[in-house]
Amino acid sequence: MTELAAALHTADTLAPRNHIEVRGLDFHYHGHHALKNITLDIPARQVTAIIGPSGCGKSTLLRVFNRIYAMHPGLRASGQVLLDGENILDPRYSLNRLRSKVGMVFQKPVPFPMTIFENVAWAIRHHERLGRSDLERRVEEALRSAALWDEVKDKLKGSALGLSGGQQQRLCIARCIALRPEVLLLDEPTSALDPIATGRIEQLIEELKSEFTIVIVTHNMQQAARISDRTAFMYLGELIEVDATEKIFTAPARKQTEDYITGRYG
Amino acid sequence: MNGLYRRRALGNGAAITFAAASTALGLGFLGWILWTTLSRGISAIGVPLFTRISAHGEDGGLANAIVGSGIINFMAILFAAPIGVMAGAWLAEYAAHSRLGALIRFMNDILLSAPSIVLGLFVYVVVVLPMTAWSNGAVSFSAFAGALALALIALPVIVRTTDEMLRLQPMTLREAALSLGVPQWKLTSQVLLRAAGSGILTGILLALARVAGETAPLLFTAFGNNYMAFGPLEKMASLPTIIYQYTNDPNPAMHAIAWAGALMITLFVLALGLLARWFLVRGHIRHD
Repeated sequence: MTELAAALHTADTLAPRNHIEVRGLDFHYHGHHALKNITLDIPARQVTAIIGPSGCGKSTLLRVFNRIYAMHPGLRASGQVLLDGENILDPRYSLNRLRSKVGMVFQKPVPFPMTIFENVAWAIRHHERLGRSDLERRVEEALRSAALWDEVKDKLKGSALGLSGGQQQRLCIARCIALRPEVLLLDEPTSALDPIATGRIEQLIEELKSEFTIVIVTHNMQQAARISDRTAFMYLGELIEVDATEKIFTAPARKQTEDYITGRYG
Repeated sequence: MNGLYRRRALGNGAAITFAAASTALGLGFLGWILWTTLSRGISAIGVPLFTRISAHGEDGGLANAIVGSGIINFMAILFAAPIGVMAGAWLAEYAAHSRLGALIRFMNDILLSAPSIVLGLFVYVVVVLPMTAWSNGAVSFSAFAGALALALIALPVIVRTTDEMLRLQPMTLREAALSLGVPQWKLTSQVLLRAAGSGILTGILLALARVAGETAPLLFTAFGNNYMAFGPLEKMASLPTIIYQYTNDPNPAMHAIAWAGALMITLFVLALGLLARWFLVRGHIRHD
């Protein structure tokens, strides 16, 4: 741990520390300037929601936090994104390490074509060498945290593709938290789910925030209002405003934010 | 009814008629082929066809050719499948955007339509002749060489289907695996190939169907053999070469045996096609 990170860690007990600090982030792809000079703090162990109309760059911003954009050619981020004080955009920052610290759940649930058990165990095995019983314990722990254990404990050897959409999404969350990450990135995690499954995921997010720093991108403003502590509003690649969720939805400082949350565009 | 609707109804009727006629034409030819092979070969179909070897001529059967075809085709797929799947995986997952990848994909397409006799001659020159020279004539034509020639035909089919089946896999599957910090090779070998498994298996079966009826490449490589042979370095009989040999025979009884052999290949290829379809459909149901 760096000195800065250590200092931040000590400060953790006093006030919420900033887990991620974005400083002057620009993002370009194929000549398009998708993120413009973003500066944003993500406090630890809180839910930060990023809202904004389609194409505003909210998903792009999220995808910078674990550098998943780097798998596609022609995408370029510049500026700084500090995770515990270390710049993750530095090419020397190991992707392996970054992604074991920062997990991501996508819009559409994507279970791997394996058993339910293997879906969770697969990535653990890559990062750690565990005995059979330790591995089983880890898988159970992750499935319990993702509120899925009771539904799947009798069919761990069954295919994950047989689960319902909501169960698959919770399996994806379990798969992430099984690696014991620090940050969870959720990219519109409920947009492909029905209201009941959405409710379960939202409840789960509420429970998980005591352990993880959560950043959620959502196009559903009610969802942002229900589950987040802080909300960031983005528009056309710029961060317009970020504040406590209550403030954003009741007394936003900027006119653009107000127009958006009152439904004038979006 | 107004004129616009009537014109559409007419167009619709014409399109349906045309489509139905095309289907009937295709199925008609298939039925005709099956009927011809069956009716001409029926007199030769019986137990001796499967138990006796071709050395007995008109009193013989095709046992050595059935066994030979089985061995040669099996070896060909054994050579082509691993290389084809790996090459296809490389094209789809590692070289998707590179110029080298595009070049290799293009070359593969050329190989896909290469005349099979050319591939047979190629193997004759680079395998059969050197082996004959090295072994002082002890080994010349061989099942091994025949399998290599067929593998060259099967390879581009397998490369192409693997490449395409992998490219059909959703990008989110790749992102989900990579976002867990898992490296590309594990993603490819343990997630993507598994997800595309039924499609790739279908490609392999279709490649087998493609080579099962090949004659020309075997003439210069496996050659043929009127006796039962099992060793990969022996000359070996196969159904297509025996059919070729028998149809050149003046004896009508030999023709009947050749037709029976042709029926066997046709049914085998038909069965492979159905099996491939079944795998594909089953794969789709499982993934939805």
